[in-house]
Amino acid sequence: MKRIVNAKIYKNIQLNSTVKLMEVIAPEIAAEAVPGQFVNVRVTKGITPLLRRPLGVADVCVPRGSVTLIYRVLGEATKILADLQKDDSISLVGPLGNGFDITAKRPLIVGGGCGLAPLLMLAKFGFGNGRADLLIGGRNQEEVAYWQKLYQGNVQNIYTTTDDGSIGTKGTVMAELEGLLQKDYDCVYVCGPVPMMKAVAKASLDANKKCQVSLERYMACGLGACLSCSCEGIGKRLKVCQDGPVFWAQEVREW
Amino acid sequence: MVKLYDGRLAVKIAGVDWVTPITTGSGTFGFGLEFTDFLDLNKVGAITTKGTSLLPNPGNKGQRAVETPAGMLNSIGLENPGSEYFLKETLPKLRKYNTPVIVNIYGHSVEEYAQVAEKLNVDGVDMIEINISCPNVKEGGLVFGTDKNMAAKVVKAVKKATSKPVITKLSPNVTDIVDMALAVEDAGTDVISMINTLLGTKIDIETQKPVLGNVVGGLSGPCVKPVAVRMIYQVAQKVHIPIIGMGGIMNGADAIEFMLAGASAVAVGTANFVQPDIAEKIALEMLQYMNRKGIKNVTEIVGKAFR
Repeated sequence: MKRIVNAKIYKNIQLNSTVKLMEVIAPEIAAEAVPGQFVNVRVTKGITPLLRRPLGVADVCVPRGSVTLIYRVLGEATKILADLQKDDSISLVGPLGNGFDITAKRPLIVGGGCGLAPLLMLAKFGFGNGRADLLIGGRNQEEVAYWQKLYQGNVQNIYTTTDDGSIGTKGTVMAELEGLLQKDYDCVYVCGPVPMMKAVAKASLDANKKCQVSLERYMACGLGACLSCSCEGIGKRLKVCQDGPVFWAQEVREW
Repeated sequence: MVKLYDGRLAVKIAGVDWVTPITTGSGTFGFGLEFTDFLDLNKVGAITTKGTSLLPNPGNKGQRAVETPAGMLNSIGLENPGSEYFLKETLPKLRKYNTPVIVNIYGHSVEEYAQVAEKLNVDGVDMIEINISCPNVKEGGLVFGTDKNMAAKVVKAVKKATSKPVITKLSPNVTDIVDMALAVEDAGTDVISMINTLLGTKIDIETQKPVLGNVVGGLSGPCVKPVAVRMIYQVAQKVHIPIIGMGGIMNGADAIEFMLAGASAVAVGTANFVQPDIAEKIALEMLQYMNRKGIKNVTEIVGKAFR
């Protein structure tokens, strides 16, 4: 059940120069959220910024009743989030949307940037015992190093690419993906910038692998009411917030 | 009729009983069913649906919404699954609630407005709200709601096509709102709702291009509230039909302000996105105000600012 929860901040720490990790106490959401779902966060009690911000659930700790969110400090709202301290409270609406299909036997997770947040939850709770392999893409070492740490122990093998080659293979995830798709993975899960998702989805489908994508679109309500995030599917409109954010790659006609 | 809050918030709008004077702004509450995890629809005065057209409409391309200071711009493009789908799939579910259902309708020609109104003239639909802020495709694309004669034609055609009370939703993007209100009153509308969104544009200074795919969007949220209050204050003194006031209502105090300005009821719009239980919560805040001021029934304050 979706609910509005007033959540106390348990911690709000820096992961690198622009990305932070916030753990908030929201037991009802922690107990119910499945990998791929998100929460809609109100960063102020005031009227600016007015709208909530959708953030994928990156982790939950049921005993502590906590939900972990990872966000890049980019605009007005995330700057306010970044300044919040332990015991401050924020309002969350969630859990929202649909999660990933977790029936894959040999999953490969591919992500970049904060797209890696919901995938972390997938690696940890969708595929227990670190069954999945992970391919991370980023611009440079600073952008991927903390993800490698967060995923450590939650996946089997970690493959890395960076645009500048400062760590891992030089290039985009596509530089590694082609080789990986030769292996026996049966499903590829991707979340990140749209060009990455498009390219990974196409390559995966071409290699006869199943593929799920988690889309990000501007949304206001997160509840299927405002239709800000609606996009074209096969023969019907899809609401990213309600029908997604996770879709089978072939369902998506408009990225 | 179910009695809530000792009937102190009950209002009758064009013969239809609402348990509170609060409805939902069209397009901000889906079809109501999206919000049942957060509030009891039976405690909402009326549910106003997403704008419904005769046939399904996929809406606009590109980015459709963006936040602005104390508000937001949207250019959804009136996406909706069409009247057939509404009647088959949505209305039966809404009928399980006692809450009156107001179906917001639109068309691209006078005839199309009449057709959709006729199609929705069924049990379970309690009122019809006409969105006149649409371009008249047959006559050069001028927006119905910015031309008195065209607006009046739509109202007359819809009135003829339906037996339900008709609400006409005014566009604020006009030179003289009173003039427009009098024109639709004269054409026979039972109720006026106001205001629809104000037109606006946001440009991204990094890409140096408009953010919305449609360039122009409708501005809503707290930033438009003073404009709405002013327009209602002006119109309420001239018309003899009830007004449903809307435009940036976020809490009970805002709702009270609209009623003081002359609205007989209010609609909560953008606030539904921020606080999905707000339509129920505002009722309680209004009651607190009434207790503090010794007001027995909410109808006592309608238009008090000029009376």
